[in-house]
Amino acid sequence: MPILEPEDQPNSSFFGDFLGRLGRTAAAKIGVVLLVFIVLACFVGPLLSPYEKNGIDLTNMYAKPSADHLFGCDAMGRDILTRLLYGGQYSLTLGLTTAAVSSLISVLIGCIAGYFGGVTETLIMRFMDVWSALPGMLLAIMISAVLGAGFFATVIALTIGAIAGGVRMTRGQVLAERTKEYIEAAESINCSKLSIMFKHLLPNVVQPMIIIATMYIGATIMMAAGLSYIGLGIQPPTPEWGAMLADGRAYIRLYPHMILFPGIAIALAVLAVNLIGDGLRDTLDPKLRD
Amino acid sequence: MGRYILDRIIWMILILIATAFVVFTLMYLVPGDPAKGLLGPDASYQVLEIKRHELGIDRPYIVQLGDFLYKTFIRLDLGISWKFGTPIAEDMAERLPRTLIIGVSSLVLSAFLGTVLGIYAATHKGKWQDSATMVLAMVLISVPDFWVALMFILLFSARLGWLPAYGIGSFDHYVLPIICSSLFGVAINARQGRSAMLETIRAEFVVTARAKGQRENVIVRKHMLPNALMPIITGVAGGLTMVVAGSPIMETVFSIPGIGQYMLVGINGLDAPIVRACVMFFALFTSVVILTMDLCYAFLDPRIKARFSHRKR
Repeated sequence: MPILEPEDQPNSSFFGDFLGRLGRTAAAKIGVVLLVFIVLACFVGPLLSPYEKNGIDLTNMYAKPSADHLFGCDAMGRDILTRLLYGGQYSLTLGLTTAAVSSLISVLIGCIAGYFGGVTETLIMRFMDVWSALPGMLLAIMISAVLGAGFFATVIALTIGAIAGGVRMTRGQVLAERTKEYIEAAESINCSKLSIMFKHLLPNVVQPMIIIATMYIGATIMMAAGLSYIGLGIQPPTPEWGAMLADGRAYIRLYPHMILFPGIAIALAVLAVNLIGDGLRDTLDPKLRD
Repeated sequence: MGRYILDRIIWMILILIATAFVVFTLMYLVPGDPAKGLLGPDASYQVLEIKRHELGIDRPYIVQLGDFLYKTFIRLDLGISWKFGTPIAEDMAERLPRTLIIGVSSLVLSAFLGTVLGIYAATHKGKWQDSATMVLAMVLISVPDFWVALMFILLFSARLGWLPAYGIGSFDHYVLPIICSSLFGVAINARQGRSAMLETIRAEFVVTARAKGQRENVIVRKHMLPNALMPIITGVAGGLTMVVAGSPIMETVFSIPGIGQYMLVGINGLDAPIVRACVMFFALFTSVVILTMDLCYAFLDPRIKARFSHRKR
């Protein structure tokens, strides 16, 4: 990919372009710093907090933010900050697990479909057509209904919802790669199909998947919160961010702090991951760069 | 061309039948006894058996499945709600306009606003306007829309009292749901639109137009935009299915009795016929949107058109 000369972008001043590029890399840096901060806060913070995640304190019901309770308390006098930090453990773990498992599975299936071709490919892709006829969120809602509430049920529900898209993308990548010389070379020296697939093809198709997976962490955190909000997914009294929003919904007029902070927590976590995803896309995959 | 459309429609119906199979099986596997749910825990065994027979859930899986497929696809009968005893088709017909009003309006809003923002960012590439638009888009993508909805309710209903917080009735009730449903699409379309426009900036026909001294806004409107339209259409169609699929959450936030909320009523009440009908509706809707999009491509893009005429020969 040739470096774009300034005349390719007639509308950009040198300074503006420079700022834009700096902003891009800075955005990714902000994302990393933000994510490290959130991870540290969620996994170390609760240890420092003087409050229990489910410690009910009836003297502090609906307490507004104060020096004692920085983010205030909820309807049962539980400290919202502490609950948010615990909730972050669930959200982050859930996002990471779901993105990792779903991209692993979809890269495998996508590689098999793209490399073997023929009937295998047709069957797999037709199956994926059916799979993706239902938007991921609806599939997740139904699977949550089948599996019941809980952390692992939510992971499975969201993972299943994500696979079809990943398979499509991986297959597309494999189709583009498999005609290249290095695969031909590997075939001509009699490499086994499996070894070609795992040793030669996989490293070359995995990069875009990493970008998609990063973006998917954010989407998962958001969908998990949505599921909890409508009463599926992770359930109270587990301090899940979406469930906390649902709890605070009834008190929106009187005690808005109950819904303000969980939403900001979700937004920050998703923003951090998305910024990193954008940065990764810009550095790893010049083809996708705008 | 006719052959292509026919092929696609047949394939769509096959997918829908397969989806019906998946949906039926998933709802069949949902734990819990609907009869017990309807009659309460104290109902005697005989009464429960009679109820189960009445609902038809005492039959083997394969018979129930066949019955469901036959009724849904041959007789177009969505069945009767176990809990309410009302015909589901009628309930859905009553709720459908609400979901569609929100879905279609927010689609139009996000397509228009998103594309305009995308073009604005692309034509100011590298300047602060570009960065500002993209930061805005990033924030909109990262903020959960149902939380924005709650915040808007807080601001516009609770504090300012301009708009009703929930329910249906007048046009005012739809303003907040439409805006909130469109935010994510605005961001996606702005990003998509920007990169699609930037693709064309490097194209030779733009250089030519510029070389002949064409005015800049005519270049953007007449040369760049039509060529950037394909990816934009993809984004818009994807946005519509997203909005409709997200309707269970959005309709819960605003207490709007639409299809999405109806589906949740079914899920929470172990009312499988309702869930099946709603999910089948969503699947049909998604398939039709995707089909329409593909046909749009085929009509708009001369390259795809050429491929058919080639295949025919």
